[in-house]
Amino acid sequence: MAKFLIRRLLSSLILVFLASSLAYLLAATTLSPRSNFEQQQPPLSAEAIERELDHLNLNDRTPLAERYATWLSGVVVGDFGQTITDQSVNEHIARKAGVTLRLIVVGAVIGATLGVAVGAYSAVRQYRAFDRASTVVAFFLLAVPTIVIAVVLQVTAVWINDVTGRQLLEYGGEYTANLDAGFWGTLADRVQHAILPTLTLVLSLFAAFSRYQRNMMLDVLASDFVRTAMAKGLTRRAALFKHALRTAMIPTITYFTFTFGILIANATFTEKVFGWHGMGAWVVDSIVTNDVNAVAAVTCFMAVCVMAASFLSDVLYAWLDPRVRVS
Amino acid sequence: MTATTAHAHGDAARPDGTDTPVLQVTDLEVTFPGTRGSPDVTAVRGVSYELRRGEILGIVGESGSGKSVSSLAAMGLLPDYARVSGSIRLHGEELLGLDDRAMAAKRGRAIAMVFQDPLSGLTPVYTVGDQVAEAVRAHNPHFGKAAALARAVELLTLVGIPDAERRHRSFPHEFSGGMRQRVMIAIAIANDPDVIICDEPTTALDVTIQAQILEVLKTAQRETGAAILMITHDLGVVAGLVDRVQVMYAGRLVETGPVDDVYYRTRMPYTMGLLGSVPRLDQDDKTPLIPIAGSPPSLTDMPPGCPFAPRCPLAVEACTQAEPALEQVGAPGHRAACVRAGEIQANGWTARDVYPVPEIGDPPQAAVPREDRTTVLEVENLVKHHPLTRGALFKRRVGTVYAVDGVSFDIREGETLGLVGESGCGKTTTLLEILSLDRPQSGAVRVLGTESGRIGGRERMRVRRDMQVVFQDPMSSLDPRMRVFEIVAEPLRTHAYPKDRLQARVIELLRLVGLEAEHAARYPAEFSGGQRQRVGIARALALEPRLIVLDEPVSALDVSIQAGVVNLLDDLKARLGLAYLFVAHDLSVVRHIADRVAVMYLGKIVEIGEVANLYRHPTHPYTQALLSAIPLPDPEKERRRSHIVLEGDLPNPADPPSGCRFRTRCQKFAVLGEEERTACREREPELRRRVEGAADQAAACHYAERQEPL
Repeated sequence: MAKFLIRRLLSSLILVFLASSLAYLLAATTLSPRSNFEQQQPPLSAEAIERELDHLNLNDRTPLAERYATWLSGVVVGDFGQTITDQSVNEHIARKAGVTLRLIVVGAVIGATLGVAVGAYSAVRQYRAFDRASTVVAFFLLAVPTIVIAVVLQVTAVWINDVTGRQLLEYGGEYTANLDAGFWGTLADRVQHAILPTLTLVLSLFAAFSRYQRNMMLDVLASDFVRTAMAKGLTRRAALFKHALRTAMIPTITYFTFTFGILIANATFTEKVFGWHGMGAWVVDSIVTNDVNAVAAVTCFMAVCVMAASFLSDVLYAWLDPRVRVS
Repeated sequence: MTATTAHAHGDAARPDGTDTPVLQVTDLEVTFPGTRGSPDVTAVRGVSYELRRGEILGIVGESGSGKSVSSLAAMGLLPDYARVSGSIRLHGEELLGLDDRAMAAKRGRAIAMVFQDPLSGLTPVYTVGDQVAEAVRAHNPHFGKAAALARAVELLTLVGIPDAERRHRSFPHEFSGGMRQRVMIAIAIANDPDVIICDEPTTALDVTIQAQILEVLKTAQRETGAAILMITHDLGVVAGLVDRVQVMYAGRLVETGPVDDVYYRTRMPYTMGLLGSVPRLDQDDKTPLIPIAGSPPSLTDMPPGCPFAPRCPLAVEACTQAEPALEQVGAPGHRAACVRAGEIQANGWTARDVYPVPEIGDPPQAAVPREDRTTVLEVENLVKHHPLTRGALFKRRVGTVYAVDGVSFDIREGETLGLVGESGCGKTTTLLEILSLDRPQSGAVRVLGTESGRIGGRERMRVRRDMQVVFQDPMSSLDPRMRVFEIVAEPLRTHAYPKDRLQARVIELLRLVGLEAEHAARYPAEFSGGQRQRVGIARALALEPRLIVLDEPVSALDVSIQAGVVNLLDDLKARLGLAYLFVAHDLSVVRHIADRVAVMYLGKIVEIGEVANLYRHPTHPYTQALLSAIPLPDPEKERRRSHIVLEGDLPNPADPPSGCRFRTRCQKFAVLGEEERTACREREPELRRRVEGAADQAAACHYAERQEPL
């Protein structure tokens, strides 16, 4: 089993390397940092532009292979280079990664748990009121793009705040600037800011997971081993919980890996809409500003996230399904 | 009655019936409401019976007769939407109407159940030990985890799991079907129940494993003293095991009584038909089976009167007016629901008197000696090995599954060769290799003299005409979106049959297999299993082949339907001079239809020969064990017989034992001296004539010897 996980870890590392390299090469060939400097006011001299570009390893007159080699030699020692404004990319990552991670980890955990719970319960209550209601809600959410959900939530928050006359829900930024309210006050302020963006992610993830889990659960509900468990003397509830749900969750774990990529994409929109300065918002900004190194760095971060999720689901899979462990 | 295990207790039912029955079912009725406009299905219609302490009661019936539903009702395991009425009393206490919590307290403790399919009956993600321990703890919460597990190991040992101390940590997928069924039995007896319901516990298993499981059930009954309700469609299983038997048809009991009365003094035509349609292993001369015409009524739209009347050869006016009650006939306890039971008794009618016995002739080639007939199929040293590989990107070979490992036989014109063996012995692989017409890995396959793999496309087409196939599952081998006409016409069109004669030919074929011309316009879903299999046979016959390969053609069908299809195959062979390769696991059916039989074990033929000889005097220990393991539908014979029960499961085909492959399970090897065993271990016995007197019989055993297992 350990051997299997180590193998998976190694192949994940290779994939992360490939993804980042491809992103770098793509960004380096399509973005044009030179234009940034050429349009600067006051205009820079031609030598100054060359100097700046060389300094940032962004000069398109240097062969691509050479630029790539320079970038790579930095990356292997953990240095992602400089942004286009000559700041350390690493420092940016350090500041922004936490913001994004907080958003997607909390969103993924709540969304997946809620989705699995609702999906499993609606399978048990197939065609009853709860099942029908959750089906309608899930399909509605699946049909609406995340960005629309985010905006609708924002509008709703404004309305709620107006009606109650208090600033109940925050819909811009990650925290109130210059707040001095001690530890608990700061925490409450952060939670207040986090509710809507997290909810945006939770809703879309919940919709996908509840549908999937419902189908998986329906497959095992009528299976013989659930009947065996009841024949032993377990109540229906105990048999469903201990035997059906555990078995039905195995395929969902694999599904988690697939949805994680979508989750990160959704996080990008969410960060932009709610004014969070995370990795997602940053990648959009760096594409606009022709910031090659930043784009490569964010891609690497996202690849690491996806691989971590995939690795986690491998571990969970092995924990849930002994057939993987034994063979 | 002779002593069965039930009586070993000493506290069996007293004839005066003074003690309360353990389980008493009265007027049980189960209805599944129809959804979206479809009518309700009444699966059980007024069933009443009693089960006394330590008694073994058999319930026999075909699929859809309601035998499983009635027992699930007793367990409280029917889906919520089922409507159950009547009364089910356990020790006098009413079970119907109890809520799930109260019912859960009874399930597994007072009343336990063993289900049909052991492969899907255990939760794949828990160890077998944990699953047995869970059953212990469900009713004894004070048991600690360790204590429950220790008890689980004890139970697993009792049901014959070797090395239970270690193997309780295995997961279900590491166990064979037979072993899993043992685990299911361990779960059922974990809390010393008073009633064990066995729902077709051996149907999904091979005969040698079935014999093992029946032994385990007897042990279980001895240990717990429970009453057993044995539900099965197999009249053989019931014959030797039970005290009383009840026959169900269309949701009702139609005949019930002590097993001897029901088998020997049958009073209900349906029971007669069932008994008559079973192919018998112990019948020497080849007589046609007695099929029951038609198929069971749909439970949504019951005809008034006796539900069996439309299929009954004895039906009279009175039968269609009111449903006959279950009334006493003959001996006490023997009851039947038939208005003409008295007449049947008075005239002493048997199945052969009641049912029309079909006449089946001999094929035209039968008069010619076998050696002078054309060889239709010749298989010489056929080998098929599957590589076992590891790794996703770079596959490396880690072993070989010896699926078929040197098989030789031939089939002459107008002859049927039965290829029998348990699952995993390689019989289906052999058949697929023959059908593929590709060059085998080693050896040769010749169809009508043409060697497979050495011919071009045009010639392959020609060979395909001569060799057709009928598959096991009539549900999935017909395209559900094609009309029967299209299904039967497809091979004709493929082989450019003249268009103007197409329609006439399809109708001729349908008539040939006992269907009507108007069936051509219907879809497969509108037919019953037996009719669908007939469509499959018509399709195979379309091109006038000379050899038909049949892969378990009747194993998915109920006995009364099976008899009709077997007779049809027999009749077609006689009329059209066909040759069959008949692959099956049911030795009784094979005895009935085959002229020669080949018995396979782990990719090799262990014995081959003329059918009567081989069944009467098998010489290979495996053949002897197989024949001995099959229960006969004859209570007296069955009680007198002693079965050879083989040890263990089929060895891993990737790692077969050295020398003789059967030696690890061989009952003969077990009693050989150490010196004699050396030959079995070191030399692989070749297939050749081993004993005097049998011209056409070869066995692969160093110590082959004639024996009479029946």
